[in-house]
Amino acid sequence: MPQAWFVFKKEWTSYFASPVAYIVISIFLLVTGWFFFSTFFIFNQADLRNFFAMLPLIFAFVVPAVTMRLFSEELNIGSIETLLTLPVTRGQVIVGKFAAAVAFVAAMLLPTLAYPVSIGLMGHLDWGPVMGGYLGAMLLGAAFAAVGLFASSLTRSQIIAFIVAMAICFGLTLIGRILFFLPETMVGILAYLGADHHFQNIAKGVVDTRDVVYFASVAFIGLYATHLSLREKD
Amino acid sequence: MGIQPVSRENEMIQVESLTKQFGTFRAVNGISFNIARGEILGLLGPNGAGKTTTLRMLTGFLKPTSGTIRVAGQPMSDQGLAVKRMMGYLPESAPLYHDLLVFDYLRYVAEIRGLKAGARTERIRRLAEICQINDVMHKPIGVLSKGYKQRVGLAHAMMSDPQILILDEPTSGLDPNQIVEIREIIRQIGREKTVVLSTHILPEAEATCDRILIIHQGAIVADGATDQIKRSAAGGHRIHLSIANADPGAVRSRLATIDGVAEVITEASVNGVLAVVLVCHGEADLRGPVYREVRHTDWDLLEFYQETQTLETIFRKLTRED
Repeated sequence: MPQAWFVFKKEWTSYFASPVAYIVISIFLLVTGWFFFSTFFIFNQADLRNFFAMLPLIFAFVVPAVTMRLFSEELNIGSIETLLTLPVTRGQVIVGKFAAAVAFVAAMLLPTLAYPVSIGLMGHLDWGPVMGGYLGAMLLGAAFAAVGLFASSLTRSQIIAFIVAMAICFGLTLIGRILFFLPETMVGILAYLGADHHFQNIAKGVVDTRDVVYFASVAFIGLYATHLSLREKD
Repeated sequence: MGIQPVSRENEMIQVESLTKQFGTFRAVNGISFNIARGEILGLLGPNGAGKTTTLRMLTGFLKPTSGTIRVAGQPMSDQGLAVKRMMGYLPESAPLYHDLLVFDYLRYVAEIRGLKAGARTERIRRLAEICQINDVMHKPIGVLSKGYKQRVGLAHAMMSDPQILILDEPTSGLDPNQIVEIREIIRQIGREKTVVLSTHILPEAEATCDRILIIHQGAIVADGATDQIKRSAAGGHRIHLSIANADPGAVRSRLATIDGVAEVITEASVNGVLAVVLVCHGEADLRGPVYREVRHTDWDLLEFYQETQTLETIFRKLTRED
């Protein structure tokens, strides 16, 4: 579907046509850099565990900022009408925009590769968990991007899209940490729903199908909900 | 069993009892019409009459609550890619991405429209010429004036040289010179293509369209060629004559015998010139018979014209709130 590719290209260009992209990337790098290096020399360990431990929380507010524009802006200026009357399906539009958001997350993560490289020069770094961590980060980023895309399709206000997406992403991240408040029967299900737990599994360097399936499911549900939300606007 | 509607070769768009309900508000109420190939149809109506909703359903952007739309014989399906490929659409006030450059935007449209890579730039260049947007090709759409934005929107709609062009208030925000240019473009396109445009500016519909559909409160109140609407909605028309060297009584009796003349009103003026008004009923043009009648006499015919009711008065008559 070349149409999805053209939508992707347009969204990718739009990201870097506005200062938002540079601001989001800068903030992301500042925050991750600060959290990571502020304790790195105290622990004196050559690993990225701290970096990956913080990542879901940071993603929970950065990724919604990346996706908030995707549909809200179209709804707000009305360009959704020009877009959807072109020979392109809703599915192609959603896939194109989703792919652009995921590519943006990848672009955001790219500079952080400087951490493992510099640590690898300083000490003996186990590359397994690092690769697992980056794979997990991309899966997590994709899942959150799908959630963000859905929130963006709900409203013409980018702020509301951002807050809704952030609330859902924070919920998914923190659900694993409030399990001790909950009745025992629900713990199993809710523990599975928590994104943090699945992410940390992969970040240990163990790529388990269950964790991959979890992220794929969240992404799929997010994208399908976006599709339904757009269809409802008819 | 109902009779299967026959798809006539010449009908480009067929609309059957189209209805759109928004909650409790019925924006479009069971309208039916056909649009022929190579026809320029003007959709006329006051604000909120249902023009934009109708156009949005024609383009497939909105799903009708009930009723059917067929484009070139094909029913409009959920996403209707085949139909969308045939159509170019300019929504009201040209909503376009603010942050993209005009050129980048048009290239994006060319890509999505499936133009071959080599043909894209050539087509964009041609459209830039037609729509006169050469000066703004490298400006972000967000900073353009309304007129330029409208023209970029027009270029967007014409990108793939579509069979059907749907324009929602195409000349709004343009200055008089630009309006004339855009009308000329629309007329040119309308020679081969089907054009549907909405407007609430009457002279525009008169100047551009072959046929006019007046919509009021979601229903069609008039449908026909521009002059046909004028005649039928006027409830008869009037022919004015100024005659010298004639007896008022003879004029009255002679002209009243013409078939179609309902009433003859004469009024003598000081210098002996008789002002005559013929009130006609029916749609027939009586200027010929009247002239032939006058020719048989020795009256001096000084003035002779038919009063045309402007579309404006008809429009007001038809769309007045009751």
